[in-house]
Amino acid sequence: MSEPERDTPHVPAPSLWPIGFAIGIACVLVGLVVSVPALIVGALITLVFGFLWVRDLFGKHPVRSAASGEPTPAVATVGDVDQNVDRATFLSLATIGVGGLIGAGITLPVLGFGVLPSFVGDGIETKDVDLGPISNFPEGEYVIATYLEDPDQGEVTRRTAFIRNNGRTEDDVPSFTTLFSRCVHLGCPVQPNGPIDEEARQEVNGVELRPVLAASFGCPCHGGLYDSEGNRSAGPPVRSLDRYEFSIKDGNLILGRLFSVGDVEGTGAKARISKYYRAYPGVHVDGIEKWLYPIPTPGSTS
Amino acid sequence: MALPDSHPGVDELMATKSTRRRQLEAVALYPVDWVEERSGLVGYTKWFLFRKVPSDISWAQTLGAASLTAFLVQAITGVVLAFYYKPDPASAYASVQNITEEVTLGWLVRGMHKWGASVFIILMFFHMARTFLFGAYKYPRELNWIIGVLLLVLGMAEGFTGYLLPWDNTAYWATVVGININATGPIVGPFLAQFLQGGLNIGPDTLSKFYALHMLLLPGGIMALIGLHLYLVVRLGVTSPPWSATAAGRMRPETNGAREGLIRTPAPAPPDGNGDGDG
Repeated sequence: MSEPERDTPHVPAPSLWPIGFAIGIACVLVGLVVSVPALIVGALITLVFGFLWVRDLFGKHPVRSAASGEPTPAVATVGDVDQNVDRATFLSLATIGVGGLIGAGITLPVLGFGVLPSFVGDGIETKDVDLGPISNFPEGEYVIATYLEDPDQGEVTRRTAFIRNNGRTEDDVPSFTTLFSRCVHLGCPVQPNGPIDEEARQEVNGVELRPVLAASFGCPCHGGLYDSEGNRSAGPPVRSLDRYEFSIKDGNLILGRLFSVGDVEGTGAKARISKYYRAYPGVHVDGIEKWLYPIPTPGSTS
Repeated sequence: MALPDSHPGVDELMATKSTRRRQLEAVALYPVDWVEERSGLVGYTKWFLFRKVPSDISWAQTLGAASLTAFLVQAITGVVLAFYYKPDPASAYASVQNITEEVTLGWLVRGMHKWGASVFIILMFFHMARTFLFGAYKYPRELNWIIGVLLLVLGMAEGFTGYLLPWDNTAYWATVVGININATGPIVGPFLAQFLQGGLNIGPDTLSKFYALHMLLLPGGIMALIGLHLYLVVRLGVTSPPWSATAAGRMRPETNGAREGLIRTPAPAPPDGNGDGDG
């Protein structure tokens, strides 16, 4: 591609400022999603490199004057041409610049609207669920609790929890095992392995409660198997079943936010649970693989 | 497929035509000429359709056109289905039942769209296999292979987003699994899943988002890429099969006898300097 007879110095020299400018814009976009400090750093990078770029384009650059000052005729010709095309070049650059600004002004808000709502917490707040009096949960026995997380949105928010009353801990605090039914392999509904006592089925405030003799939990999709504490005992899951935070208000069992569990040592009221921010199914929360997922699931930490 | 520009004896044939026939032809061709003079579209259409192709091509080279036809069937049936489909959790399932059970010929159009989706993907794979096995991805057609791969990815994305729309249990749980597979991607995975379902679980936003992706964004991308794909096919020509006795591709005058495309036998420079194909 090289044409020696036209090999003249590039005037002005190719600028690296646009690359820094682009990196700054990228930092701003990432910062909008991840954190405010990154946003500020990105904005600073953008401003600095943008200023340098603009100065480079329109200012008297030392390279330019040095090149046109050279006495060789070829460069002198280039200088003459430069004088003649200055207006055209300026208009081209102005058209590109103004067009780019208008385009960015239209595109960025639209892109933001398309992408950002998924990340700033819209639609990911979980509501507390009232499962009714704790007397409905016999000690040492699992109960399948099925409820609508958001009755306004209907069936699509139907969730299932496996609740076991463990009595009281050594510190005399009520203890419940509160497993979320979604498999931590890829999110299918886990089933309790054991007979369901349909006779004892009851409905409390729209929550369906069915006692079950569950020795383990199995997933119908890909064969994941969990023991009675939610620990993975076989199959593809990478951690233990997710659990709910819970509280007791006026004698009622209230389910709160979900969290992820690395593994559980011990059983029942003596269980020691390694607790992590809620992660998507299939995502490691502990071990060496957790380094592949450095960012907590959006909305899980707020 | 290949029409000769001129043929020995055509002029003699024209001379024998009756005056009346020539007048009729002039009347028929007048609107075509009118459009051509004002747009040049007739020339472009000829450039697109009336191309020279290797003499030993076979049905194997029709798989691309078959994929295109399958996509057009999906596009047309999809538009008609959108007349009756309601992308809202409360009514999506019922509207699909309505299409299948109540709307006249709805069962047929929905069936065409459902089974046609698989046909489209399968034909793209066959087309890809033909291109690979015939070596038709080699210079200068690498870019067209890349565009084809993007088309395959977009086609699969169409399948993924379309699968949720019937809003039955299969659709719901398959999409749960599909989104969570996305989430297992290192570093970007959770962001991707978060974008796709717009929350920590599939909800109403997921359905309308998948609907918009399925019928606006992805088909638009596919149409644009098909345009590029076809442009490159016309520009670069059809590759002759590996067992072809003649060298493939258009003459490249600047390299004295070498040809574009798949080169098997170095062709001797023709004495008159004319190629046997015009691309």
